[in-house]
Amino acid sequence: MQAFLDIFDIYLLEAVVNGILLGGVLALLALGLNLIFGVIDVTWICYAELVMIGMYAMYFLVQYYGLSYFIAAPLTILLVALLGAALHYFVIAPLLTAPPINQLLATGGVLFVLQSFATVAFGINFRNLGIRLPVLSLGDMNFSYARLLSFAAALFGMVAVYLFMTRTFTGTAIRAIAQDRQIMPLMGVDARRIYLVTSAIGGGLAGLAACLLVLQYDVHPFVGLSFGPITFLICVLGGLGNFIGGFIAAFLFAEIIALGGLFSDLEWGYVLAFAFFIVMMFIRPAGLLARRR
Amino acid sequence: MKARYIGWIVALAIAVALPFVHRDPYHLHIMVLILIWSFAYTSWSIMGRFGLVSLGHGGFMGVGAYVTALLWNHLGITPWIGIPLSMVGAGVLALVVAYPCFRFRITGHYFVLVTLALSGIVLQVITATRDYTGGSLGYTPNRAPGHNWLALQFDDKVTWYMIALGVWLGGIVIWHWIDRGMGRHAMEAISEDEDAAAAAGVNVTAEKLRITLISALMTALAGAIYTQYQMFISPDTVSGIAVSLQMVFAAIVGGLYVALGPTVGAIITIMLAEILRIFFGTGAVGWDNLVYGMLLVLFIIFLPKGILGSISERFAAARKS
Repeated sequence: MQAFLDIFDIYLLEAVVNGILLGGVLALLALGLNLIFGVIDVTWICYAELVMIGMYAMYFLVQYYGLSYFIAAPLTILLVALLGAALHYFVIAPLLTAPPINQLLATGGVLFVLQSFATVAFGINFRNLGIRLPVLSLGDMNFSYARLLSFAAALFGMVAVYLFMTRTFTGTAIRAIAQDRQIMPLMGVDARRIYLVTSAIGGGLAGLAACLLVLQYDVHPFVGLSFGPITFLICVLGGLGNFIGGFIAAFLFAEIIALGGLFSDLEWGYVLAFAFFIVMMFIRPAGLLARRR
Repeated sequence: MKARYIGWIVALAIAVALPFVHRDPYHLHIMVLILIWSFAYTSWSIMGRFGLVSLGHGGFMGVGAYVTALLWNHLGITPWIGIPLSMVGAGVLALVVAYPCFRFRITGHYFVLVTLALSGIVLQVITATRDYTGGSLGYTPNRAPGHNWLALQFDDKVTWYMIALGVWLGGIVIWHWIDRGMGRHAMEAISEDEDAAAAAGVNVTAEKLRITLISALMTALAGAIYTQYQMFISPDTVSGIAVSLQMVFAAIVGGLYVALGPTVGAIITIMLAEILRIFFGTGAVGWDNLVYGMLLVLFIIFLPKGILGSISERFAAARKS
């Protein structure tokens, strides 16, 4: 009995740590989505599909063109950033004065386009990067380096965005426009340029997430569906546009998924997370950090 | 007004007579599919036209399809009981998710994202319970021999055409019933301004729940009928985000604010998929969705009222001048 408990505890601890590591990447995704929502007031339904495209870019750069991972990663981030800017320029910008639901649905159309583009161009086979990182053994627990690296890089990305937002003029302008959309253009800030820059940053974060996720998961055209919905739940739970709320919610969800996955399948972890979300909506409908009305 | 009724009756008579005149099984198959999906799209538009944009309908459809098939295969419960049960299941799911949303004023983006997650989760559950549902490989209800009323399985396409036509007509009648009722005014007021509607004495939560429930029940029925007709379902064809978006796409392209809009949308989407399939064969995998996606974006930017909506608006304008 005692031996059983010991093993159980180690697995539990391992799951908790893995949950934290997963939380880093989820927090990164939530940050990108929150940034775009906070500044442009648009939700990119196709956000996870941008990540999927980024994962394919990594796959081809590393596997076909033989680039090293660390050269391919910045290229991918740049590519997805450009994709984000293009998405804003061609789809969102013409709809800025339309009802917000239309903008959201248009990005739903983009989701379709990206998914089927990947199907047509790359086929539906599962592909992986072929990089196998060693496993770190700590006591009796095993952690993959891929997850540790992802966690570190995700934190680094978030700190970089934070510094950009607080230390540069453009960053300050982005935060200002998030606070008041009408006044800032009168202060001489070019709103269109700020929106484009924000979209590019949001895309870049998706690109970074893609570089990290491709280390752990196989790429296929529908891979976005496996973490897209959870990212949206995180953003709503944290309060759309609320960076800190999104950060906390990401770790909460990651723990639920990791612990749920410990006791049964990973899919049930997602289901548990959703059930938790519904319960939280009754308790804190306006997001985790919102003041009670 | 009278001319309109006569038009409807003539059109219906033609629709009923059609399979007896033109018996080509392939064409009938396409028409049955169009009718079933039109019904599903109509059920979505009942909510969608009031600004309640739900991406959770893939989830309701999945519940309708899988619960009916699972009850039949595992417990031997006839679809005549299984379909109502699956509709109850979808209705309960809709209420559990929608009640907190409406009670706590979760609207707009938030509502879309919550419902989006709902359809994602239903997909996950179907995949996770692969021991029972066959997971992503799909699921087939057990065959009953021949023309079996108890199992609601028919070899004959004409029978299915009649069933699908009846269900579709039911959907259109419900659309009109809501369009004529007081609920429509209440819902329109709510979609304009919830606080003002509440101040004017509209029970916002109850009205929204009612419309959501009707829409979810109809969508589950569409899923169940689809299962019985196709005799094969997979998580991707009846549930998940892609199906939800497909509903949005068809309703918007056809026209969200007119009764036959979703039907026109279904005709366009299914014909498009079939034509692509005929021309490109199996190489067409993915192309239909690529075209849908682009059309959806273009329609939202340039023609948000949809094809039928824009045409009828032109007619109305021409009549006035």
